[in-house]
Amino acid sequence: MKDLQSAFAGDVNVGLAPASSPAVSATERAGRLESIGFRLAQWLRSPRPYLMLVGFALFLGFWYLTVEVWKLPRFSQMPGPTAVITEWLSPDPTYGLSIYSPEYYEHIWVSWRRVSIALLLATATGVPLGLFLGWSQRFKDYVFPVFELLRPIPPLAWVPLAIIMFAGSETPIVFLTFLASFYATTLNTMLGVESIDVSFVRAAYCLGAKRRQVFWHVIVPGAMPFIFTGLQISVGVAWFSLVAGEMVSGQYGLGYLINTSYTMVQYPTMVIGMITLGIVGYLTSAGVRMLGNYLMQWRARELAIGAEK
Amino acid sequence: MNYEPARSRGSPDVAANALMQQERRTGAIRIANVLKIYGSEAAGVRAVDDCTFDVPAGKITVVVGPSGCGKTTLLNAIAGFHSISSGTIHLDDSLLCGPGRLKADPGPDRIVVFQNGSLFPWKTIVENVAFGPIVQGRLTRKTAIEKARFMLAESGLHNLESNYPGEISSGMRRRVEIARALMNDPKVLLLDEPYRALDSLTKSVMHEALLETFDRNQVTIFFITHDLEEAIFLGHRVVIMTTRPCRPKKIVSVDIPHPRDYSVLTAKRFREYLDETVEAVHQEALKAFDAGERER
Repeated sequence: MKDLQSAFAGDVNVGLAPASSPAVSATERAGRLESIGFRLAQWLRSPRPYLMLVGFALFLGFWYLTVEVWKLPRFSQMPGPTAVITEWLSPDPTYGLSIYSPEYYEHIWVSWRRVSIALLLATATGVPLGLFLGWSQRFKDYVFPVFELLRPIPPLAWVPLAIIMFAGSETPIVFLTFLASFYATTLNTMLGVESIDVSFVRAAYCLGAKRRQVFWHVIVPGAMPFIFTGLQISVGVAWFSLVAGEMVSGQYGLGYLINTSYTMVQYPTMVIGMITLGIVGYLTSAGVRMLGNYLMQWRARELAIGAEK
Repeated sequence: MNYEPARSRGSPDVAANALMQQERRTGAIRIANVLKIYGSEAAGVRAVDDCTFDVPAGKITVVVGPSGCGKTTLLNAIAGFHSISSGTIHLDDSLLCGPGRLKADPGPDRIVVFQNGSLFPWKTIVENVAFGPIVQGRLTRKTAIEKARFMLAESGLHNLESNYPGEISSGMRRRVEIARALMNDPKVLLLDEPYRALDSLTKSVMHEALLETFDRNQVTIFFITHDLEEAIFLGHRVVIMTTRPCRPKKIVSVDIPHPRDYSVLTAKRFREYLDETVEAVHQEALKAFDAGERER
């Protein structure tokens, strides 16, 4: 699955590349389009897509056999894949939710909006905080111990406090979602700054850069790969804690859907919610990866050469 | 990589250029009684002790010593990355570091080319080369990029302009790094074992390219290595260091005329210089080995 992701991310990056450099000529653009085609063809010729399909088939087959054919004792309550898929694709669903019901998209939209707001907040606060933590030892001495003390507290433990602190049901959920992402982003950004080879900083000073210029020309871009690793993790944990928050409070949202379907014994709908979470989560994390490749062409190109070797 | 190295050595305008450059020869470094102790005065490690020698302007001075002997400490003091404990270092007539000001400020008059390379991987080759004048505010971005293109073309690297450092060979990266340094008209180039990680074939190409650059610019070069052949091949002056604490053990003027090329390696004079110095280097290497010195 990871290979597939990187293959796609790489292709998309090549496709986006011309926008960033105004000097790119039309021929070069055509060349890049050609290279997308070439890589796609190569990917289809490799065993990877077929192994992936086999993997999915095995998974679905296992689910089908255990639940619908063998009807194993512990699986008796579980909806089988045919039940879930027919419900999911049905224009007239038994439990009232399928790809034809507007309510389904309302759930997705609400969850997606919460995650987006939380991620934006986490990035807007976590990246600068991480940069300063890595850049200034004194700042780190003040802030880091507190940060490290708060970080192990799981978002679920914040639920009661979040409900007391914030009005309504929307803000506590966003806050919980934000929390875990914020830790991941901050910590990775800080590690990113600390990972920068001291030679780069020295070289910049040698070439006459002032401290502020070193920050913008060396520290920020140098930490970028770690920042994006942090964002990848932060997207993952955002969906994680979002569902936790939605299960406790709130209306709408995929976590809420899963939880209510469970209490109302609408098991196929519950599984639809889970699968949808998987898909939406995958798409957001692929989006972040694409953004990373787009912003760090130097890295994408370096890695592409590494792959050829 | 299908590039053609600029084979301009010996052409008349290069000779004229060199003559013109001789007029403004600056970049003499005077190192006097330099002491550097890491850690406390009493229990610290003496990396450099009572070290005195001159780096003449417009020449290549190569410092040879076993790994970890303290020669990089000396380079870091000149560059302004580290302080010294006592002594003085002058660049031409101005004091870089000495009593009252133990750490020099890093600046574009002394540019370091690092052991493992330090081209910014997130900037293209041409952006890297243009970096110095832009951050100093000496040139506008546009003129700096133009000048960088010119510098790259001069070193036969023009077709790499829009590549990122990660996409070119490590030998090429070193040459770009030297071009990036020369963009700033430095008084001194400080090279810290720049070719250490390269294979010997690439190394020989690099040596010729460096000498060619030197012929063109006549910039003072302070070069650190542990490779004696490299030292004699490149240097006007070879300073052999004792192992820690580091101070000159033997200073040799290599009287082989520049421009040099690879035929020098088999010349009789070259072998004689090697014979003359190899003993001194070997002694220090043994001492360093016995002391269990490690690369810092």
